[in-house]
Amino acid sequence: MQTVKMVVTGPFSAGKTEFIKSVSEIDVVSTERKISTKAEKTVKEATTVAMDFGRITVDEDLVLYLFGTPGQKRFDFMWEILSEGMLGFIVLVDSTRPETFREARSILETFRAYAPTPYVVAANKQDMNDAWELEDMRHALRLDPKVKFLSCVAMDRDSVKTILLELLYSILAEMESGEK
Amino acid sequence: MALRGNLRDFTITQLLNLINLARKTGTLVVEGPNETAQAFFREGKLAFAQIGREDTSLAHILFKANKLSAGQYKAIQQRGNSVSDKELGLLLINAGYVSQDDILANLQQYSTDVIHRLFTWVEGFFRFDNDQLPPDDRINVRLDLENLIIEGSRQLREWEQLQDEIPSLDMALKFTARPDANMRNVNLNVEEWRVVSYINPKNTIRQIGNAAKMNDLEIRRIVYGLLQAGLVEICRPEGVPIPQPVRVFPTEDKEEQKTLVNRLITRIRSL
Repeated sequence: MQTVKMVVTGPFSAGKTEFIKSVSEIDVVSTERKISTKAEKTVKEATTVAMDFGRITVDEDLVLYLFGTPGQKRFDFMWEILSEGMLGFIVLVDSTRPETFREARSILETFRAYAPTPYVVAANKQDMNDAWELEDMRHALRLDPKVKFLSCVAMDRDSVKTILLELLYSILAEMESGEK
Repeated sequence: MALRGNLRDFTITQLLNLINLARKTGTLVVEGPNETAQAFFREGKLAFAQIGREDTSLAHILFKANKLSAGQYKAIQQRGNSVSDKELGLLLINAGYVSQDDILANLQQYSTDVIHRLFTWVEGFFRFDNDQLPPDDRINVRLDLENLIIEGSRQLREWEQLQDEIPSLDMALKFTARPDANMRNVNLNVEEWRVVSYINPKNTIRQIGNAAKMNDLEIRRIVYGLLQAGLVEICRPEGVPIPQPVRVFPTEDKEEQKTLVNRLITRIRSL
């Protein structure tokens, strides 16, 4: 059996666990714990402390694993371990929480430093009324125009599929450009 | 129990606060990743501070502050170590080269700068040696710690923010390809120009900082400004071997790898 992996990262409460749950064929193996600090509790009740783990069986020889990183900064020692051997990564950003944009930018830079693999950035919760416009977010996140920045609703399977496909297209494009 | 520990658990700001409140006398020794710093205190006030093997002689501090000319500094150096800082201070005042205020202000500034640099240290071990005072030949100052602590707290916040923005100094910088970005129309100060002159995908931010003689905080501050202005962007340094990801594909064959990605695409589409 061959296996490949992709990493889903992003700040605390960006929707990483939901993103993986939407497409994983197994119940996501989640390492969520109740949140201890008051500030973070106002956003959600439990958070991922080690990783989320989802699986998509491609065929009888190939399996894609999806790893979700813990969003809280104090668990960032897990990031490098999870990034080892990844095919590419997705940075998920909560479009309704501009206070997390700077952290998202930092996470993106950190993962770029770990491995030169393709990545896409996904603006999650675009279905919410208070979601920022993509173009405004691109500026706020200081994303190069060449970086794929996509609208996303992590609870919607089709939306998550689009993000995964865009990352795979980027991986394929990079492989082809590397051959030229 | 001896006051010792790790900066990860107890920050410089917290240490200064403790020394201030307990009106401690002694020497704080901080062993950072690259060098060791010493700060001497008398009854909770900063008397003197130094980092590593920097020349902390009065003559050098006054020369660096442009209070002594190169000729005067050279003449003092030629006398060797026969004159202590206290004696030299008296000689300089009597000769009319500097005033007592000049000496105290520059020594205070020097120690303050050392403490400001210490605030950027987040890794390292510290210990406080009770009653160990600075050498007798040094001119001690008496700096209240409150202002330093407030400034340190501000700097720590800024440091944390800058670390979020620029997590790795081992990445390089390149000018953005924006056609409307024209460096000539941008008002940069001398320090910023120095950094700009070194910007090249071959140079890491750390190397630029070293070449421009800036500490981590200073180089991060300037790079952050250039990033915010959209003049530069972070890139992977050229010429540095790209870290090979640990076996991304289960096969080494390029065609098989492409087939594998296409299989993944087909599968995801079918979900």
